[in-house]
Amino acid sequence: MANIKTGSKKTKAQAMGMHTEVLTGRTQQKFFNPDEAENFYYFGTYDVDFNKRTDLDVKNMTAPEANKEIDNLMSQGYGTIVIKNPQGKHSLGVGILNKLNLIFEGSLGYFGMGSCDGPIVRINGRVGWSCAENLMAGKVVIEKNAGSCFGAAIRGGDLICKGSVGARTGIDMKGGTIIIGGDAGAFTGFMMQRGRIIILGDVGINLGDSMYDGTIFVGGKIGSYGSDAVDSELTSSDQDWLRRKLKVAEIGENFDVSKMKKIVAGKKLWNYDNLEPTEKKGAI
Amino acid sequence: MCGIAGLIHRGKSSNVGSELQGMLQALKHRGEDSTGYALYGDTDGKNFIMRFKVGENVGEGSSSVMEDVSVYDERKKIVDQTLVELGAKIIKEERTLPYSLRYEIDYNVKDLLNFSQTIESIPGVEILSMGKSLEVIKDLGNAKAVCERYSLDKLVGTHAIGHARMATESGVDIKSAHPFWGYPFSDVSVVHNGQLTNYWNNRRALENKGMRFMSECDSELIAVYIAQKMREGATLKEGMKDSLTGLDGVFTYFVATKDSLGMAKDTMAAKPLVLYESDDLVAMGSEEIAIRSVLPQEIDTYDPFDGEVKVWQI
Repeated sequence: MANIKTGSKKTKAQAMGMHTEVLTGRTQQKFFNPDEAENFYYFGTYDVDFNKRTDLDVKNMTAPEANKEIDNLMSQGYGTIVIKNPQGKHSLGVGILNKLNLIFEGSLGYFGMGSCDGPIVRINGRVGWSCAENLMAGKVVIEKNAGSCFGAAIRGGDLICKGSVGARTGIDMKGGTIIIGGDAGAFTGFMMQRGRIIILGDVGINLGDSMYDGTIFVGGKIGSYGSDAVDSELTSSDQDWLRRKLKVAEIGENFDVSKMKKIVAGKKLWNYDNLEPTEKKGAI
Repeated sequence: MCGIAGLIHRGKSSNVGSELQGMLQALKHRGEDSTGYALYGDTDGKNFIMRFKVGENVGEGSSSVMEDVSVYDERKKIVDQTLVELGAKIIKEERTLPYSLRYEIDYNVKDLLNFSQTIESIPGVEILSMGKSLEVIKDLGNAKAVCERYSLDKLVGTHAIGHARMATESGVDIKSAHPFWGYPFSDVSVVHNGQLTNYWNNRRALENKGMRFMSECDSELIAVYIAQKMREGATLKEGMKDSLTGLDGVFTYFVATKDSLGMAKDTMAAKPLVLYESDDLVAMGSEEIAIRSVLPQEIDTYDPFDGEVKVWQI
């Protein structure tokens, strides 16, 4: 989340009357002005030490209580936090905006790790619907399966599920990479606008339906293609990137990426060509 | 929104009343206008168990019209008399609440259509379930409140399905609450999470074939739809697979029979379901926290895919 501060020094853009306030925050970097560095800070972030480690048992906590305690531990400088007994609770680990090693010893419910920007997370269990929605940066690894809307609207970072995922994976995603070790459900990549999805297993019907941009790689069978999703040539640089990404993700070792299918947007959607380049950039 | 939960023990019985209560209570944030249980208890299988109501719960939040308890008594008398005329003998009767009754009946006719139509022709009377193992209990309030009201926590059986309801399409009353009995089939029940968009077309077609609807709740259609398919000779699984194209909308639903439990998910996969499956137990619910109430240890669960139909036997 960006903080809005009134700067005393006018930028060239401000002088031109384009905007009258300075937006600061990691997600608004295009507005960052080095001259305003003293005003620049990330709301809700802390300097943490990865070597400072603690456990947090959330068995008898509500999700807000657990999240508040994570925040409290970060404020004390803990850089590695192990969450015990999450037991499928919803909305755990949301809104973390700084570097952090976060480990969940168990499964999460819905909306786990939503709206995060920076943490490295390992979930030794399963996650429910909408895991890591709106992820900005960082890495989230799920050791088992994931529910529907996995990685909805992510802007960046790596989201990795070693098992299978439900429907609408990567819906509306605007950046980053989603890697699935198993199968994926229907409408994977629905309305995606940028970023990459890698699925080593099979994928359901309507793959990449109404995608504006971005790339989907599939290792197994495809149920059907969605509107405007088309095949594309898998280049050698694609293969190099896939090998590197899978290696970093510690997934699909020895997987033959040369046989993967590459799906991109046909860019024939009704309003695609109506967008001016600058507006198109703004849209994605 | 609504939440559904179900479990089936394979090869053994358990305290399914208490287990389902825990699962549904964990889902109460998905709706607590009403809660319903379809419990498959251990019985000797000789007599039918008929759960029926002679009125509505008119408590706080109810959309039903207040009636005097004497009206319920009058309806009960007519039911008792009609049962005698049908050749059914009441072995045991329990009246948990003024409007809710449980009868054990000695009745030796397989086709329950005429039986049900005759009983339900009495104004204000609705059979909630009919079966030799099945008992449908549903009322206003959350799972814990309904469980306590009907003392369900000690019921031992093999499997059960249940529903926590947030009323959206129809009234806050028992007749619109789930589970729905698969009228007129013995021991068939249904719970549903979602919304059916071709309800009226299907309802009119089924009514023309002689099937009955007691509410205007779209979920009731699933029970009647599956029952009609089974009347036409389909197996439970075949009927459920057929429903994926015959029913339009978004849905995840469970169907239970005397010895099986099934789930179906629409082709859009728009409604949630988390499933745990092992050799001796299958547990599923709208959210993982429902399963966690019976299996707190770390387990492997997954989301069934779009258009998936599964059936398990006890």
